[in-house]
Amino acid sequence: MTLVDVSAAPALPVRISGVQRRFPAPDGGERVVLRDIDLDIRPGEIVALLGPSGCGKSTLLRLVSGLDRADGGEVTIGGTPVAPVDQRSAVAFQEPRLLPWRSIERNVELGLPRGTARQAGRARVGELLRLVQLGHATGLRPRQISGGMAQRASLARALARNPGVLLLDEPFGALDALTRLTMQDLLLEVHAAEPATIILVTHDVDEALQLADRIVLLGGEPGIPGATIRRVLEVGKKRPRDRGDAQLAILRTELLSLLGVETHHPEDYITKAIKAQRAKRLAEPAGPDA
Amino acid sequence: MAASPEYLTGDSVVRGGAAGPTPDPHVTGEAAALVAVSAYGSSAVERRRRGGTPWRWVLGAILPAVLLALWWAASHLGWVPVFKLPTPESVVLAAVDLAQRGVLWEYIGISTQRVLLGFLIGSVVGLALGSLVGLSRLADSFLSPTIGAARAVPSLAWVPLLVLYLGFGEDSKVTLVAIGAVFPVYTTVAGALRHVDPHLVELGRAYGFHGLRLLSAVQLPAVIPAIVSGLRLALAQAWLFLVAAELLGSTMGLGFLLIESQNNGRIDRLFLAIIVLAVLGKITDTLVGLLERQLLKRWG
Repeated sequence: MTLVDVSAAPALPVRISGVQRRFPAPDGGERVVLRDIDLDIRPGEIVALLGPSGCGKSTLLRLVSGLDRADGGEVTIGGTPVAPVDQRSAVAFQEPRLLPWRSIERNVELGLPRGTARQAGRARVGELLRLVQLGHATGLRPRQISGGMAQRASLARALARNPGVLLLDEPFGALDALTRLTMQDLLLEVHAAEPATIILVTHDVDEALQLADRIVLLGGEPGIPGATIRRVLEVGKKRPRDRGDAQLAILRTELLSLLGVETHHPEDYITKAIKAQRAKRLAEPAGPDA
Repeated sequence: MAASPEYLTGDSVVRGGAAGPTPDPHVTGEAAALVAVSAYGSSAVERRRRGGTPWRWVLGAILPAVLLALWWAASHLGWVPVFKLPTPESVVLAAVDLAQRGVLWEYIGISTQRVLLGFLIGSVVGLALGSLVGLSRLADSFLSPTIGAARAVPSLAWVPLLVLYLGFGEDSKVTLVAIGAVFPVYTTVAGALRHVDPHLVELGRAYGFHGLRLLSAVQLPAVIPAIVSGLRLALAQAWLFLVAAELLGSTMGLGFLLIESQNNGRIDRLFLAIIVLAVLGKITDTLVGLLERQLLKRWG
């Protein structure tokens, strides 16, 4: 990539082992939200956490960010446990959460690590704003820009922290469908320029398929309280990906049926497609990346 | 859009929801341009509504002119006896007389000084108490019942105690004015800080801000509109408490002029004192209003 930056921190691995999180229930007892979560994330990887609403995706992300603490198990970044408000990670939320009284530029500045020199900080903010295509909007106030622009500013603010791990909590969830697609492409460009490890919470199967190296499906199992990892799918395709790709379509069907969504495909569609896919894989030992 | 009702308080617009308006996440592209335009557009409308046009001044001057004419007629045509209602000219003459003797300026000066000093002290204390109670649940539980009870004491009830403790000098008067100014600032600041958008506070925490840095970067800027409207209320209270202080035990000031004129039957001076209080109150309120407009432009 041409946009290499000296101040960008190296991507860091994340290890989640045996993590559990309970919350007090209204009846005075406790409600298990997450249990037995084990996940190893490689440096620079993009992992999507997918699952139905309320399954604990965001809770897991907050545990990694240090905004919340696990009741059991451990989360480490780069081999050391996550600290409360860990400097090595940065979060972007579903809402842009820009301070309305600051300009876009000054909002992004908020993300700079403490003690950054003024000159270097300004240069870095300018660079990041150009990277998220907001170079023209630096002086505007949050109320003067669109939701997509605000979300890009929020992303730039997270990147200003030079995070080894970038945590995105449904960052495009509130955007309209078209903007969401362009934001996905933009995120991939950003990832190429600033290759942090990315953990992305989403409820959008297509988004996960488009962006992630691996898709982690969270959900409950009958009879056991709390959500855990039900499936980890290796997408195994180079990015940028063809949105109409047949293999992705099969994965999509698989994910949707795991999520309990009726796909309205003909009865033998999945089995036929999967069978064809498996036959193809067996025939080509080089792997699906080819 | 986040729910952000607007309250009209006098000339000022106080935005509900301390965070102010947030951009609509569903708006993109061309619609964004429209949003930007309408944002500018609405401020232009506000400007038109808030004044700057001569018509506003003309409209605002009509009622005082009518009242003056009615006053003139009532006193000159004998609708009301002169010992109850002085003529406008006699009030002007009383003003000229007191001004020539230097008493008027002295009274205005000392009253304004008491108000400004008390207002300043009261605002700072109110801001500190309000921040403490608004930010800390412990301080809230610990302090707010006591502060609430102190606030419930009528202003005049403090006077004998303050005179006993601090004497008839400036201290007791400035203290009473400060007591009057504390509570509006305290109440609005504590209330607004309690309702700062928790998303923004969490954002600040996630980016490593806490304690005083969080307060100055996120929480205080978010409540600036509330602080300013609290200051405005406090200023009105300050004048109120000033007159209370000067009515009961003073040797100069506009409140003293009121009570002295009543005792001497100088109804012209009584009217003069009331008119001067109205004008001074309006001037100081306008000044705070200008400050408010500047602050809202920056922080609103």
